Amino acid sequence: MANLTTEFLGIKSPNPFWLASAPPTDKEYNVVRAFEAGWGGVVWKTLGEDPHIVNVYGPRYGTLLGNDRRVIGFNNIELISDRPLQTNLDEIRRVKRAWPDRAMVVSLMVPCEEAAWKRILPMVEDTGCDGIELNFGCPHGMSERGMGSSVGQVPEYIEMVARWCKTYSQLPVIVKLTPNITDIRYPARAAKAGGADAVSLINTINSIMGVNLQTMTMSPSVGKQGSHGGYCGTAVRPIALNMVAEIARDPQTAGLPISGIGGVHTWHDAAEFIALGAGTVQVCTAAMVYGFRIVQDMCDGLSNFMDEQGYTSVSQMVGKAVPSITGWSNLNMNHIEKAVINQDSCIQCGRCHVVCEDTSHQAITATKDGKRHFEIKEDECVGCNLCVSVCPVPETITMRTLAPGEIDKRSGKPVPANYANWTTHPNNPTRVAA
Amino acid sequence: MTAPDTATAAPTDIRSGRLHAEQYQRNFCDAHAPLSLAQARIEADRCYYCFDAPCQTACPTGIDIASFIQRIADDNIRGSAHAILSANPLGGMCARVCPTEVLCEQACVRNSNEDKPVEIGLLQRYATDAYFAKPGAPLFTRAKASGRTVVVVGAGPAGLACAHGLARLGHAVVVLDANAKPGGLNEYGLATYKTVDNFAQREIEWLLSIGGIEIRTDTTLGKNVTLDQLIAKYDAVFLGLGLSGVNDIGIAEPAVPGLRNAVEFIAELRQVDDYATLPVGRRVVVIGGGMTAVDAAVQSRKLGAEQVTIVYRRGPGGMSASAYEQDWAQKNGVTIRHWAAPLEVLAGAQGVTGIRFAVTALNDGKLVETGETFALEADTVLKAIGQSFVAQPLGAKIELQSGRITTDANGATSHPKVWAGGDCRFGGRDLTVEAVEHGKVAALAIDAALQA
Repeated sequence: MANLTTEFLGIKSPNPFWLASAPPTDKEYNVVRAFEAGWGGVVWKTLGEDPHIVNVYGPRYGTLLGNDRRVIGFNNIELISDRPLQTNLDEIRRVKRAWPDRAMVVSLMVPCEEAAWKRILPMVEDTGCDGIELNFGCPHGMSERGMGSSVGQVPEYIEMVARWCKTYSQLPVIVKLTPNITDIRYPARAAKAGGADAVSLINTINSIMGVNLQTMTMSPSVGKQGSHGGYCGTAVRPIALNMVAEIARDPQTAGLPISGIGGVHTWHDAAEFIALGAGTVQVCTAAMVYGFRIVQDMCDGLSNFMDEQGYTSVSQMVGKAVPSITGWSNLNMNHIEKAVINQDSCIQCGRCHVVCEDTSHQAITATKDGKRHFEIKEDECVGCNLCVSVCPVPETITMRTLAPGEIDKRSGKPVPANYANWTTHPNNPTRVAA
Repeated sequence: MTAPDTATAAPTDIRSGRLHAEQYQRNFCDAHAPLSLAQARIEADRCYYCFDAPCQTACPTGIDIASFIQRIADDNIRGSAHAILSANPLGGMCARVCPTEVLCEQACVRNSNEDKPVEIGLLQRYATDAYFAKPGAPLFTRAKASGRTVVVVGAGPAGLACAHGLARLGHAVVVLDANAKPGGLNEYGLATYKTVDNFAQREIEWLLSIGGIEIRTDTTLGKNVTLDQLIAKYDAVFLGLGLSGVNDIGIAEPAVPGLRNAVEFIAELRQVDDYATLPVGRRVVVIGGGMTAVDAAVQSRKLGAEQVTIVYRRGPGGMSASAYEQDWAQKNGVTIRHWAAPLEVLAGAQGVTGIRFAVTALNDGKLVETGETFALEADTVLKAIGQSFVAQPLGAKIELQSGRITTDANGATSHPKVWAGGDCRFGGRDLTVEAVEHGKVAALAIDAALQA
């Protein structure tokens, strides 16, 4: 069993799996159950000022379902904690005392006024919690009141509030970023400039789950109307991974600790976030779909993977894949791959053929000698990977890298051994000399 | 089970009411429960939506299976039913009776990895049942009236499919059938548990709702009307006569109670209101290896027979009942004995007491009797070694091949005004779904001929 102990901003937790600030961390009862199940830490559901906000008592969640009603994506219109501030503070104190080895980070959202932050920070610090997370991410409800993502969308506000927090509190400060922005690097740079110790991302994405076509009402709706909600779950993971990587490889923010959030459902997902620069991961949807015990499967899988790969600590994996990400113009134009169909495991569904024929490069046969037969036509294949993507059988269509010197049947030329990218390509009007 | 040759001492025991009322109800309910909404969604999600889908190629009527399944998943039942019924107007019955394990489901690419094809038959039933439960506006409308009238002889699957096709094309259709109800084998053949709740008639009711089809029952070709009269009176004739003869077992058949044709027994079961009134033997022997043998044997068990044995002269691979059907028979407590041919029906004064068989074997590829014999005690012997076409009503007008009607691929016979399809046509596999295809294709051919 690999050692999954994680230290993030000096906050120790027995594993890198934290529950994100969300309904699962709303109160003592839930958080105790989570710790009993094995979660490494929690970010307590966002506290605000009294009088506490109120939630709608109609549907708060909408769902995107896949095959067999598997949850692919969730959205929600829940607001921050709808309980009195003191109730939350008392519970946080009690839980942290009872579970000193677990990370206890408190999420905060108060108006963009220095006095408001100055007022709440000492109260939170007094609970004995390990850190705070500034909720600049919620895209629904609170954003209409000038908080949440409406702060996260203005880098100057991020920097300003982060600085207040570092001024009025000794606690590590994590800024939670909204993905509802065109370039995630700007808010991350602002957080760093304001003195924040880390960023966490992504918060949820603005979304409408669907429309009830019988009533012509958006869904979910509260009676006759609904409101856009925050989208999360497996479906958002690729967006989150990219944003995490963007921050990890931006020279201005490189090295800034990141807590990765967005569609972590398995150990595999978590390892990917870690590989792209996250020091911990935060999970919500997986718990809301399967319950808290899912963390045991996450820990077990991550541990086995680390043992197999020879990692002795989570920190050894942090950012390992970041150097593999670059701009398109740096990609090697002399690297050539061709798809290969394993005839022994091909079940002859023909999907690779029809998608290549209809939508790509006409590079897969449908018949051979009058019989149903799917085979790559290397003289047409551009190595696009579409057939691999649609094949329903694992490992049946794979990509083969052509060796230098091998003839690319499509161009009729040998594969060059040297690396050459777009910046020097003859078709590039702004090319530079190779 | 094996008794001495002198099985005459066994008392005959054929009677009704062997079971409790609720046992009959349980035994004759739907053999394969229809899919629920949840099951249908899960199963529909398994379909890969193959290119040039092998299942569609394997379907004699060429139903666009990937599309109808996709439409179930899409919550478009009407569209799903349209995909099915436009290719096969008896798609509801075919969903119930098709040997899918040797047709569409055998071709399913899921077999390669999982040995578990998509349950195409059950999904087809789901879509058609859901559609028939709430049909809404007609799925098919008729073309402008052509002023032509076509007579269809036989209201079985071939005749009904032909009639529906012709009606869609704007022709008036008169369908004649010898029985009291239309449907042919859909109504009088098939095991009851394959088509419960009067489905055959409900499906026909939908099929006729297109309009332009008149059904005349109790009208037998050669008895009430001649082929010459039909040819003279109508613009075209379609023969979907089925197989009304029953092959004999090739040995002396004493005229005693207990020896009968399996098809009659099955028809009786299909028409009875109260299964408790149907007599069945305590020990039943069914001779044959096809679907009729299985249907008769299983239903004998379901009526309360204690011992039911199918005896077939060759091995399991030679049986025309699919492996699935053979398995079904055995699951229902039927014993299948292979490699035995009937030698002598044993009978006493009261009726059948047993039947003696010769053990058979293959010798240089030829079926021979080994000389060994055995007898089975039985008070009922059901003959199910196949049906035959009765050509006599056709006179010498229509050319035959091996005792069935010769046609081209479109069903055209040797007479320019006569087409034929279904089991009476030479060269088929005697499947309901194939009969439907014959009728469908012939309707198009007749239409083309009428427009020529």
